Amino acid sequence: MANSEHTSKQFDADLEDIRSRVLQMGGLVEIQLTTVIEGLATGGEDIISRVIETERRVNNYEKEIDDACVHVVARRQPAASDLRLIMSVSKIVTDLERMGDEAEKIARMARSIYGRGALTIPRSIDLRQAGNKAAMILRRVLDAKARLDTAEAEKVIAEGKLIDTEFRGILRQLITYMMEDPRTITTALDIVWIAKSIERVGDHAENIAEQVIYIVDGIDIRHTGLPPAPAPEESA
Amino acid sequence: MANVTLQAASTVKPPLAPQAQLVIRNFNFYYGGFHALKNINMDIYKGRVTAFIGPSGCGKSTLLRTLNRMYSLYPEQRAEGELLLDGKNLLDSDLDLNDLRARIGMVFQKPTPFPMSIYDNIAFGVRLHEKMSRGQMDERVEWALQRAALWNEVKDKLNQSGMSLSGGQQQRLCIARGIAVKPEILLLDEPTSALDPISTLRIEELIHDLKKDFTIVIVTHNMQQAARVSDYTAYMYLGEVVEFDLTDTLFIKPKKKETEDYITGRFG
Repeated sequence: MANSEHTSKQFDADLEDIRSRVLQMGGLVEIQLTTVIEGLATGGEDIISRVIETERRVNNYEKEIDDACVHVVARRQPAASDLRLIMSVSKIVTDLERMGDEAEKIARMARSIYGRGALTIPRSIDLRQAGNKAAMILRRVLDAKARLDTAEAEKVIAEGKLIDTEFRGILRQLITYMMEDPRTITTALDIVWIAKSIERVGDHAENIAEQVIYIVDGIDIRHTGLPPAPAPEESA
Repeated sequence: MANVTLQAASTVKPPLAPQAQLVIRNFNFYYGGFHALKNINMDIYKGRVTAFIGPSGCGKSTLLRTLNRMYSLYPEQRAEGELLLDGKNLLDSDLDLNDLRARIGMVFQKPTPFPMSIYDNIAFGVRLHEKMSRGQMDERVEWALQRAALWNEVKDKLNQSGMSLSGGQQQRLCIARGIAVKPEILLLDEPTSALDPISTLRIEELIHDLKKDFTIVIVTHNMQQAARVSDYTAYMYLGEVVEFDLTDTLFIKPKKKETEDYITGRFG
């Protein structure tokens, strides 16, 4: 991974600007997530509208960063690690934006549940646990992206799988719950959507982790997983 | 890692099992006391475009010029090692240089039409190597100009001077002259650096078309050009081949940090 400076300082500045904006966008999405998870406990209307409001800013970041990537491609013809960075960033912002969408969906579901007069959300402790884990994974993958740390990215991918397991656990509990008392089905289904959204956040974090590995090592592990450890390279 | 790289490249149209046409082994070159090329080992593949890139003075043009022994014009320059074409070492002293240069043609940075008609520019080299009738020569001239994508522009003025053409046309005339003797390999030394962008694209398009019949080696300062036209790229620095690989691999995931630094513009 080349990390020394470009002969063109302006190129360095452009890339640095893109990198820092991705982190700012990620930070916003992280705030959205933690806010909405907190909101699950209280259903406070202000919290929900804050999340929805932030979504607009996240969307703007996505478009601005993509636009900046297009400019770099058009003006600089990036190659090698620069090219991989630009291509990956363009995918990463899509994942971040979708995470923001999921946060917004969770917020709307919570509003719908509380709107029906519920005082609390059943299984909200499990949901908060899973949600906090998803937010934590997002934070870690953003760190891994900032530090180009593939070991951390690999850990994120493993942790993402744990969220899938938690989702299935929540689903099983909800099924029991619905069988015991069919009047809870409406709310339980809303909760299933919330749990599903949390699980999707984990999936998007995994996607970003895969991009971190692509940026650093040039290996595309999407759909295939990590390759076996490479044989030591011959030195010429 | 190697497997993964190959797999990635295979989606971009694999140069399947390329056949080496020119084999360079333990090749060293000296300008007097200066060791300009150091232990070069690489294969030039048949029917492919190979690009040499690297900063000024890295030896890329020197390497290109040794491939058809242009250096033999200068007594103080000498080469060691092997340049094997069909198993014959091109460095052997009994080699007929005129014959070699008909098999390995060259086009230079600045268009160099001869001060004669467009027709004779093409026919001149052919007459040196082959006896043919006027009719056959007419056909050969037309063939060469067609292949060099110049025929339509000059077919009505074949008797005009080659110098009357534009820069881009002159360069295509030189390429036509180069291929008229039906060489096996065509060496292009910065063939577009004196041309405007449209003429440059025409030549690049031509290179793409010509590799069906010829093996092409191109030296270029323009990395994007190497990326656009070549199948293989060699990055050279201080007389050594730092990295030689599929162009797709070299420009997306080079193996060496020096290559990475050069192609991403972090050099020096």
